[in-house]
Amino acid sequence: MCLSIPAKVIEINGNIAEVSVGGTTFKAGLQLIENVEVGDYILLHTGFAIQKISENEALETLKLLTEMENAMNQETSDEAC
Amino acid sequence: MKHVDEYRNKALIEKLAALIKRAASRSYIFMEVCGGHTAAIHRFGIPSLLPDNVRLLSGPGCPVCVTNNSFIDKAIAYSKMEDVIITTFGDLIRIPGSSSSLEKEKARGADIRIVFSGLEALEMAKSGSDKKVIFLGIGFETTAPGTAVTIKEAADDGIENFYVLSAHKVMPPAMETIIKEGVALDGFICPGHVAAITGSSAFSFIADKYRLGCVITGFEPVDILQAIYMLINQVNNDSPGAEIQYSRAVTRQGNVIAQRLIYEVFILSDEQWRGFGVIPASGLTLRKEYGRYDAESSIPLPPSVNVYEEHALCICGEILRGLKIPPDCRLFAGTCVPENPVGACMVSNEGACNTYYKYRRNE
Amino acid sequence: MKAHVIHIINTDGMSKHVSMSHGSGGTMTGKLIRDIFVKRFGMPEPLTDSAILNESGFMLAFTTDSYVVDPIIFPGGNIGKLAVCGTVNDLAVSGATPKYVSASFIIEEGFPVEDLIMIADSMSDEARKAEVNIVAGDTKVVEKGKCDKIFITTTGIGIMRSELEHISTAKKVKPGDMLIINGPIGNHSIAVLGARKKLGFNSPVESDCASLNHLIRKVMDECSEIHFMRDLTRGGLATVVNELAQIISSGIVINESSVPVEEPVKGLCEIFGFDPLYLANEGKVLFVAGDEEYKKVLELMRSTPLGKYSEVIGEVVENNRNVVVLNTSIGGQRLLDMPSGMQLPRIC
Repeated sequence: MCLSIPAKVIEINGNIAEVSVGGTTFKAGLQLIENVEVGDYILLHTGFAIQKISENEALETLKLLTEMENAMNQETSDEAC
Repeated sequence: MKHVDEYRNKALIEKLAALIKRAASRSYIFMEVCGGHTAAIHRFGIPSLLPDNVRLLSGPGCPVCVTNNSFIDKAIAYSKMEDVIITTFGDLIRIPGSSSSLEKEKARGADIRIVFSGLEALEMAKSGSDKKVIFLGIGFETTAPGTAVTIKEAADDGIENFYVLSAHKVMPPAMETIIKEGVALDGFICPGHVAAITGSSAFSFIADKYRLGCVITGFEPVDILQAIYMLINQVNNDSPGAEIQYSRAVTRQGNVIAQRLIYEVFILSDEQWRGFGVIPASGLTLRKEYGRYDAESSIPLPPSVNVYEEHALCICGEILRGLKIPPDCRLFAGTCVPENPVGACMVSNEGACNTYYKYRRNE
Repeated sequence: MKAHVIHIINTDGMSKHVSMSHGSGGTMTGKLIRDIFVKRFGMPEPLTDSAILNESGFMLAFTTDSYVVDPIIFPGGNIGKLAVCGTVNDLAVSGATPKYVSASFIIEEGFPVEDLIMIADSMSDEARKAEVNIVAGDTKVVEKGKCDKIFITTTGIGIMRSELEHISTAKKVKPGDMLIINGPIGNHSIAVLGARKKLGFNSPVESDCASLNHLIRKVMDECSEIHFMRDLTRGGLATVVNELAQIISSGIVINESSVPVEEPVKGLCEIFGFDPLYLANEGKVLFVAGDEEYKKVLELMRSTPLGKYSEVIGEVVENNRNVVVLNTSIGGQRLLDMPSGMQLPRIC
């Protein structure tokens, strides 16, 4: 019940969108968000889209993780010297 | 699956686990307050990836676990009425009330149906049935907006036979209660989907007022481990602040539309939490303008004469407050097991006792 | 005057009414069966998929199952096909050659004859594929509302090979043995769930419902180190490996990353909070093969139509006695427990 899952918007009909999670499609109410477009990813929770997922922020998070990893590798190789 | 698989990357997770091990220079206790986090942490085996000096504690994040007996008793009383259909999320069906549960009543013939959305319940009311459809509204700020939308739609369409019995709650007051109780904590893994609605600002009091670590966290293993790393750094550097790890879904101000909808339909009220007693301004009650959709106002119940007494040895309350862990309970994994639960924490899939039993009881 | 209600713990845990959770295939079902039927009917433990009967030199496998799946038609099959496959599989995984099946029908008044013909056609097709004969049956009709469309019970008999008697009881299973499954799990549950239109989603998933006796025969004919077999139905993979762990004197480790699950099934599990390891299947068999032979078993399975996507998913280990440990996809470890309550009702 607490579950919210990223889903891709594939069709919009007024206030209801057709969204896809790994190939299965669901209906999602769009009453809680605005400016949604086909192709966007939203968080689906109990039949509603509760937030849009920011592609940019997602990339930033993954980038940050890679940077953390590089920093650690650098430290490790520094220690090894 | 996009926005999921990237955050389950094994190599990345190994690196994060190593970073945590390196940074953890003392002992730390971090509490999570979301059933989704409890489930994710245990399902992926995250405790097995952490060093012994980093401990995770489960708080009152499971909305069904903190739902009081009287709510279940009221739902059961309604279900006994000939002309009522009870609609509920599946998680609530086995939660014990004073003397029974919705599942037991369903076995006895009550019309109790599991739904996945409030809108589904509204559809049942619209479908020409002359029965009264009561939707059991449970969940925190993530779920309440959906119920608000459903109620507004009922109002717009003039639906006369739809009602909500609300047990919706808001999370920050419970977190503050735990802090004020003096539970030994270094910080909170803050609920990412609640924060998607409320914004990270709803949690800044944790850092600003109480100087505890505070990171708004997503639900994938990479999210959780990154958040733990960020919390360790906040503690090590004595720099608490409402940091957002889950930036792809959470902003400082949150989902303003959803917030407006919640407070258009609901008003904050003092609410009983299982294990806590009454927490002021922590519940969401229907406003007078929407009073006709409030089951309690519109469908009178016979006065209740039952007062619940917890089993003498059940310590759900202390577990929900983070004062004890499941193995501390004398009933745990003996008398109290998922097939024969004594307390709410063992019933729900997101309950601390249920997850501990399922995933860790061999430790 | 206020009355106090003291919560009394029912120490023998026996419920007053049968609930949906009792039908889930997990621990509650096991308890109901043991407490009420096994004791009274004098059935020996461990409980297996077929009873092995020894009578004047003939060794027979004998099994029965009822089918109440809702809806009766779903992507990949229907209640009739299921009724034949399920019983054929229970015989085959016990090491028997399925021969004869009986089919009893309880039909609701008003059920369309057209649908009955379709179901009977499916059953005869499947029986032909599995090379079994449907030789006996019964039909009852009850008033409208007294049963949900149609319920089918099939009973099956197969000829046992006596040297395969250990297959169900796991007597030969030992540390080092490898666990192999014939393909992706969870499809049946998801297909049936999707067919219940009221849940509001469209899924491309089809049930894996199939008779496994030919695949099993091929493996059993060419391999001598198969130590255990069971088919995965209600309660899923997790139930079968736990049942196995409980009857052997060692432990089991499952590698989550090796367990095949199709993308759409994964997605649905995420959204509904299901664990694919607990979902019902109707065309999956678990083999436990000796360490010397498992690679051969895998290759053989992959050469059959129902085993193309076979994978080695775990092994039997010395420690963690009677317990199943899951190595999670991210490198963590946790218990893989038996399911307790209901995941999905009326799935088979």
